Amino acid sequence: MKKYRAVVAGCSAGGMQAVATLLAQLGTSFRLPLIIVQHLHREQGEYLFRFYSSSTHLKVQEASEREKILPGNVYVAPPDYHLLIEHDETFSLSVEEKVNFCRPSIDVLFESAADVYGTALAGVVLTGANSDGALGLKRIKDCGGLTLVQRPETAQFPEMPRSALLCVHADQVLTTEEIGRFLMTL
Amino acid sequence: MTSGELEAIEIDLLLEAVFRRYGYDFRSYARASVVRRLRLLLEQSGIASVGELIPKLLHEPAFFQELLFAFSITVSGMFRDPEFFRSLRENVVPLLKTYPFIRVWVAGCACGEEAYSLAILLKEEGLAAHSTIYATDINDQALAVAKEGIYPLRQVREYTENYQKSGPHDSFSRYYHASHDHIVMNRELKKSITFANHNLVSDHVFAEMHLILCRNVMIYFDRELKDRVLRLLDSSLIRGGFLCLGTKESLRFSCGDGRHDEIDSKNRIYRKRVLEAGEGRTR
Ligand SMILES: C[S@@+](CC[C@H](N)C(=O)[O-])C[C@H]1O[C@@H](n2cnc3c(N)ncnc32)[C@H](O)[C@@H]1O
Repeated sequence: MKKYRAVVAGCSAGGMQAVATLLAQLGTSFRLPLIIVQHLHREQGEYLFRFYSSSTHLKVQEASEREKILPGNVYVAPPDYHLLIEHDETFSLSVEEKVNFCRPSIDVLFESAADVYGTALAGVVLTGANSDGALGLKRIKDCGGLTLVQRPETAQFPEMPRSALLCVHADQVLTTEEIGRFLMTL
Repeated sequence: MTSGELEAIEIDLLLEAVFRRYGYDFRSYARASVVRRLRLLLEQSGIASVGELIPKLLHEPAFFQELLFAFSITVSGMFRDPEFFRSLRENVVPLLKTYPFIRVWVAGCACGEEAYSLAILLKEEGLAAHSTIYATDINDQALAVAKEGIYPLRQVREYTENYQKSGPHDSFSRYYHASHDHIVMNRELKKSITFANHNLVSDHVFAEMHLILCRNVMIYFDRELKDRVLRLLDSSLIRGGFLCLGTKESLRFSCGDGRHDEIDSKNRIYRKRVLEAGEGRTR
């Protein structure tokens, strides 16, 4: 049996290109759900889905509340809501205060995903100009999950991967393409 | 047993204790948020485990108030989701105008932002004199803020922008006066809203409503509780009345479809049917 059951990823500034590059590496044989928190403006949403859908054969959609998380699907958190995962592997949303000045916050998703999936979770931190995701990645590591960080020198905005690396001794530090290929092996 | 499993037991016990001691039932709230709020509370109060919270909660009513405050997420804003308010003006107000008098319920009103937005909207649409707004929440601290109608000045820019996108007839600055670092809503608006404590989980229907807003409240409930509260809201609505949910919430009635028409699916505005399916034939 495969060990991993879900992948969570977070990105901020520069994330659009990074996620597209990563998605392009995922073939139709990718059998994990990939759940993404990306800091966006409200208006960017619609365009984003078209852009991502054009880079992958996987189904890309906005995560909606109470929805069952299915393998081989790519979910993106809706703008202005925190995205959490319940123990029955469905999504829930929250409008509580911003975390690290962000809603959705990567930390919020990562922490609740770590509670649910534990050692069967892989977490990915990509480009960004803040430090959201660092504490969440640490939580994933503490719960026995796998941690992947984009190599900061290759990130359009290196601050987010750097902060993550200061917080966590990551299992893999790779380019986005390499991360995509690595996820295919899980 | 993992620390997560242990924590789950502690949380079950804590929620049970809160329910039996204070009558507030959070047992059917969506777990992930409850866990998050409890961990934040632990951090703030310097307590090591959820289990240790239990005796404190049982013996210190003041501490329960803190928990209540931590559990109820009172984040809101004026004219939040301006498109929704625009749709209300365009699609719902014309029908509301056909009634001599309307009752409106904002369920889960937090600090009152949504209720004031609605009061402004009804006033601009000429409905103020023919309507009453009830705005309810479980959080007394939030209700106290709502009654005062005082909000931080730094929010005004966002509120004004939202207001402008909602299809307004006037300017937002007409509805408050600013002093120091806050704004105070006009007395006239305050008078048009009745703020009261009401718990959707345990209290009953209190009036027949023409319009109900219950936005971003049931996202914190598990499926069963959500269905139960939806039934409560439904039974408070007159036939032909309107129910509005948050823009990321869905209306999936457990009690069967065919009872509601979608007025604006994107903005989650629904209308209770005047006749239920099949009813016309039996008459
Ligand atoms: C996120 S706020 C929503 C505010 C506003 N409706 C909006 O959408 O901006 C959720 C509110 O629901 C209230 N709430 C939670 N449980 C409730 C219950 N059982 N009955 C009534 N209100 C409740 C909370 O106290 C909080 O103020």
